[in-house]
Amino acid sequence: MPETIDQIFVILKHWVLGYVPAEAQPVFSALLSVVSVLVVFPLLFAITTLLERKALGRIQNRYGPNRTGPYGFLQPVADAVKSLTKEDIVPHTADGVVHFLAPLLLVSAALLAYAVLPVGRNMIVANLNAGVLFFFAVGSLVELAVFMAGWSSRNKYSLLGAMRAIAQMISYEVPLVLASIVVIMAAGSLSTVAIVKMQAAYTGIWPHWFVFTPWGFAGFVLFMIAATAESNRSPFDLPEGESEIIAGYYIEYSGFKFALFFLGEYLGMFATSGMAITLFLGGWAAPFSFLTWVPSYFWFFFKLFVLIAGFIWVRGTLPRLRMDQLMNFAWRFMLPMALLNIFIAGVWHFMPAGPSRWLVCVVLVAAPCILLSRGLKQEKKLQVRTYRFAE
Amino acid sequence: MTVVFLILAVLTTAGMAAAMGLRNLVHCVLALTVGFTGLAALYLELGAQFVGFTQIIVYVGAVAILAVFVIMMTQSAGALTRPSLSSFWVGGSLVAGSVFAVLAWAIFSRVIPRQMLLPEPEVTVHQIGDALMHRFVLPLEIIGLLLTVALIGAVVLAIRERQGMQ
Amino acid sequence: MSSLTSYLLLSALIFSIGLAGALTRRNAILVLIGIELMLNAANLNFLAFWRYGPNPAALTGIMFTIFSISVAAAEAAVGLGIILAVHRHFKTTDLDQMNSMKG
Repeated sequence: MPETIDQIFVILKHWVLGYVPAEAQPVFSALLSVVSVLVVFPLLFAITTLLERKALGRIQNRYGPNRTGPYGFLQPVADAVKSLTKEDIVPHTADGVVHFLAPLLLVSAALLAYAVLPVGRNMIVANLNAGVLFFFAVGSLVELAVFMAGWSSRNKYSLLGAMRAIAQMISYEVPLVLASIVVIMAAGSLSTVAIVKMQAAYTGIWPHWFVFTPWGFAGFVLFMIAATAESNRSPFDLPEGESEIIAGYYIEYSGFKFALFFLGEYLGMFATSGMAITLFLGGWAAPFSFLTWVPSYFWFFFKLFVLIAGFIWVRGTLPRLRMDQLMNFAWRFMLPMALLNIFIAGVWHFMPAGPSRWLVCVVLVAAPCILLSRGLKQEKKLQVRTYRFAE
Repeated sequence: MTVVFLILAVLTTAGMAAAMGLRNLVHCVLALTVGFTGLAALYLELGAQFVGFTQIIVYVGAVAILAVFVIMMTQSAGALTRPSLSSFWVGGSLVAGSVFAVLAWAIFSRVIPRQMLLPEPEVTVHQIGDALMHRFVLPLEIIGLLLTVALIGAVVLAIRERQGMQ
Repeated sequence: MSSLTSYLLLSALIFSIGLAGALTRRNAILVLIGIELMLNAANLNFLAFWRYGPNPAALTGIMFTIFSISVAAAEAAVGLGIILAVHRHFKTTDLDQMNSMKG
């Protein structure tokens, strides 16, 4: 019975495919998977916008939206109606074709990334041999879309925001990829299905997730920080900071295209969280061996919710980083840590199992982290503040 | 000559031709990106998954963005009023046309033996890594050295003399 | 026309398009893009011969293509750096105006 609930969607899909003639079955199978991705993740986006506004409000000691429906539940519907009915203003001197294509490319690239995420046992859209590489390839299409948006608006601030955003995305793409290389080394394969299968085993009640090893934990932290920067979320949201550059590269977009940018950014956030779950947190595997009767897709979305809540929490808590602080952080802290992490994973692999391996690897992770962060801190001499006029 | 190959070939050729023919530089780079993606799809069609995705990461995600940055930095106001073709474009086109003619003649005149219809080779990344570490380890190390030198050289070339103007 | 012939013909076409662009356009950046096109055409050639050649299990075509992509990326970076440095001197990227070696 638990296996049936676990595989309910797979069984449903095979049943529907039974009514389709045999020649069209591969096409229909792909179509069904794509439609389910297109339904589930934008729904998750709608729920997340509401959750984020309520949670941010509570962190900032105020209610979030609570007028539309009980506890503000219908706010996403109101937002959708607003963005669909707003007038679509395109600047006169803007480059029409590029201006139109930029949000489309962003959303397409973000949606393509879901093709390699295993949301449950046997539930993946495309089991590619080089799945993780496909994910990063699609992520680099997002930078092009950002540039297209910023340049086509023929607006100085828009272009400036786009250049900053691209510089930030390129800088943080390197630690992102390096942090995932550790997992690829340990699993020996680029296929996401194989990586999750390796983590779905248990010793006693403890799972074999990669986050429970020193190199895995450091890699997970690096991956999440880089993912926050890749989706331009606070504290890395200088390119779209409202108090600095109004909306950055999507100033000149209104109505539905703005909503598409929003959608693309959140979908990118979900996709990178999904990849973090696949690589480090065991994908669809249950946390303890006595909980394996719960369906696998439930665990994936539960972990996704936890990570999204973490994103929202960080957004409400930390102040925004300046551009030079951002770049310093990426190139002088995260890149050396990611490279050292690869070395530590090698040490872990070649030492015999036992407490000595743990001790050596924990020391090897903690020492450079502390040394690097101390060495890079900019000491500012704080003086006693003197007031000129208010005595 | 399957339908998939025809569609991809038309897309790639159109993108590359537009990349070389358009007046606006940024449009050229965007058309070039379309051409690169078409080529990556052709590599996937040939069964080389790793190379196809690497092509997208390196060319679309890095080289195109770099070209766009340099275009932004070197644009001057009167860029669109100058003629886009060089003064000796006739000779250049003739040379390119004759190169294509010679290559096409070489391709068609050679009798390619009937293909043995080999099954599509199943290449895993594991095999590629194995080959890189055993048979091709010398080129791998040389490429590492070359990339380091190129990185340092590009930074040295592009950095301004006065440190204040970043 | 066999598959190998069609791939080789496409590769020759892309090569000549790149060559035509590199020889006829004025802007230095477009010449560099033409060179990138020629390298890409050669990569397609390598992969076509790997797929339809006698020994695909040796992975020679794929290896050569990977190294070619790396070298092309490095060369694009250095070439664009050179264009930036030259632009700072001549204040233009027009190749027809860069005809004096006087510094």
